[in-house]
Amino acid sequence: MPKTLFEKVWDSHVVTQQPDSPAILYIDLHLIHEVTSPQAFTGLRKRGLKVRRPEKNFATMDHSTPTHDPSLPIADPLAAAQIRQMETNAAEFGISLYGLGSPKRGIVHVIGPELGLTQPGMTIVCGDSHTSTHGAFGTLAFGIGTSEVEHVLATQCLLQHKPKTYEVRVDGTLSKGVSAKDIILALIANIGVGGGTGHVFEYTGAAIRALSMEERMTICNMSIEGGARAGLIAPDEITYEYLAGREFVPKDSEWESALAHWKSLPSDEGAVFDKTVTLNASDLEPMITYGTNPGMGMKISDRIPDPASYSDASHKAALEKSLAYMNLQPGIQLLGKKVDVVFIGSCTNSRISDLRQAAAILKGRKVAKDLRVMVVPGSMQIKKQAEDEGLDQVFKDAGADWREAGCSMCLAMNGDQLEPGQYAVSTSNRNFEGRQGKGGRTFLASPLTAAATALTGKITDVRTIL
Amino acid sequence: MAQFSKITSFMAPLPDENVDTDQIIPARYLKAIDKKGMGEALFADWRYNPDGSPKPDFVLNDSKFQGAQILLAGDNFGCGSSREHAPWALTGFGFRVVISTSFADIFRSNSLKNGLLPIIVDAKTHESLFDLTEEAPSAEITVDLNDQTVRLPDGSSVSFPIDPFSKTCLLNGVDELGYILGFEKEITEFEGSNKKYLIGK
Repeated sequence: MPKTLFEKVWDSHVVTQQPDSPAILYIDLHLIHEVTSPQAFTGLRKRGLKVRRPEKNFATMDHSTPTHDPSLPIADPLAAAQIRQMETNAAEFGISLYGLGSPKRGIVHVIGPELGLTQPGMTIVCGDSHTSTHGAFGTLAFGIGTSEVEHVLATQCLLQHKPKTYEVRVDGTLSKGVSAKDIILALIANIGVGGGTGHVFEYTGAAIRALSMEERMTICNMSIEGGARAGLIAPDEITYEYLAGREFVPKDSEWESALAHWKSLPSDEGAVFDKTVTLNASDLEPMITYGTNPGMGMKISDRIPDPASYSDASHKAALEKSLAYMNLQPGIQLLGKKVDVVFIGSCTNSRISDLRQAAAILKGRKVAKDLRVMVVPGSMQIKKQAEDEGLDQVFKDAGADWREAGCSMCLAMNGDQLEPGQYAVSTSNRNFEGRQGKGGRTFLASPLTAAATALTGKITDVRTIL
Repeated sequence: MAQFSKITSFMAPLPDENVDTDQIIPARYLKAIDKKGMGEALFADWRYNPDGSPKPDFVLNDSKFQGAQILLAGDNFGCGSSREHAPWALTGFGFRVVISTSFADIFRSNSLKNGLLPIIVDAKTHESLFDLTEEAPSAEITVDLNDQTVRLPDGSSVSFPIDPFSKTCLLNGVDELGYILGFEKEITEFEGSNKKYLIGK
């Protein structure tokens, strides 16, 4: 029977499945960060357990780490304690740590692919919902809770019920100024934030095949915002080209045998998905969100919907509450709306291609007066590469703030945050109430839209300046 | 893990749809390295004014619903971040059951590992439960995991689905790690035959 990519990866990782029970699924790679792991290590100590396969576990620090001058001390004692605890836990349990001071440290979902840890056909988990990012390589990658972090540390396995499959086919060709971020925001606006619940996405179609690995990661990253724990893209020549030569990727004859395996992964002709949705990339425009979940998004030239036009009472109430929080009126366009902050970063859009796109817009220009523009690279390696290419100088000359790597204002755990009432255009993944700082208001958009907005200080359609 | 069999309680209604885990517990409370005190941070930004005083119009500050062990929530409860701090905050506050029409996958999985029972009901039952919290806020319902039923004050009952494995774990307070550890032999055999991935060979 023809199988989907997901089914191939799933089936090859089931250790055992007892009647009336979930499968015990083997995990090839476990990524760890400081925020969701401390209680799991405490659990191991309480039970007197070791980490079963330390060499399949890699840790870094990203969520609570400052992005200011690294020679300064960490101002927040709780963050400092959490970072120290990660160091202690990694040392005690024999796990490799890309910690503070490591030139390979960065956002966990940025460094996995960058180091070549992420490889097609693997199962990858991390105590972080954006683990779906790694699906861009044809891996089954999903976020887990802290109890499950403990399970994987102790057994290299997880108990999982098999999810259903959901094909997201994106045909056509993207127009100038429209990017991968706009594809995923359009999908979520279409199916809603719960649309993929119980499913894993597989992204297919000509528009997906045309994307770079970095753009594919942007799409898979936000699968969780559409309710799917994981989102996969079949590996192809673009994938293999990205992987070749990376630190943990097999070399020589081992590369050849890995490649042969990877080439067997794409969904078979005639494989059946439980559900399918189709988008046409040619119809897309730059997207922007107006509300307080990522499903509340629209084309940048559209008008904010009117709750009065909604027949479903709870959708109506949700939109009313969102617009009240955002202090926005129904029926208006967001184009021209003044913002206080532009944030370029996060596991969604902090890779070198994102920074190059933003720098190309900002080069030789100045950001708007009284606007705070933060550019936060996803990893220390990306930071170095950007500096080698002179992108940091482009950002600084334009008046933007060039920071150290980390999650930063995506979730505002590390002191980088909006003030109450402020508006931000952000390349991150969540516009939930208070996500970027208590009382802060977020418009999610692409790096191109963010850079265009940085120039004017008002929400701007990048196509008007390309 | 905390055992769960039967609970009788009135419900605290929170009808908002798509309540995300950033609302259940904001990220700034995630710097803890233990599970203590999470109940204090439950719905912090909806529950407290900036000066720390309670917001009187929020359901958890409403005297009618003090002591509720059942949260009656809107559609797609618990979306967003994978933080297990969300069920820790809910149980830390005193909730043992959340009833909705749907739950985000990771939140649901995390809840089941913490003795917090996520119950899915159909839209009609959901609406009638909200009506009940308006008409008779102190009316108690009984959640019986063994029978997989919710018994309503009028004597009628509705059944709810749960997979047999999670049910057994909750009824007996068994945690999953102990179960997986029981398959040590199978895991070792699998590792011996699965050498495709060279990391850590």
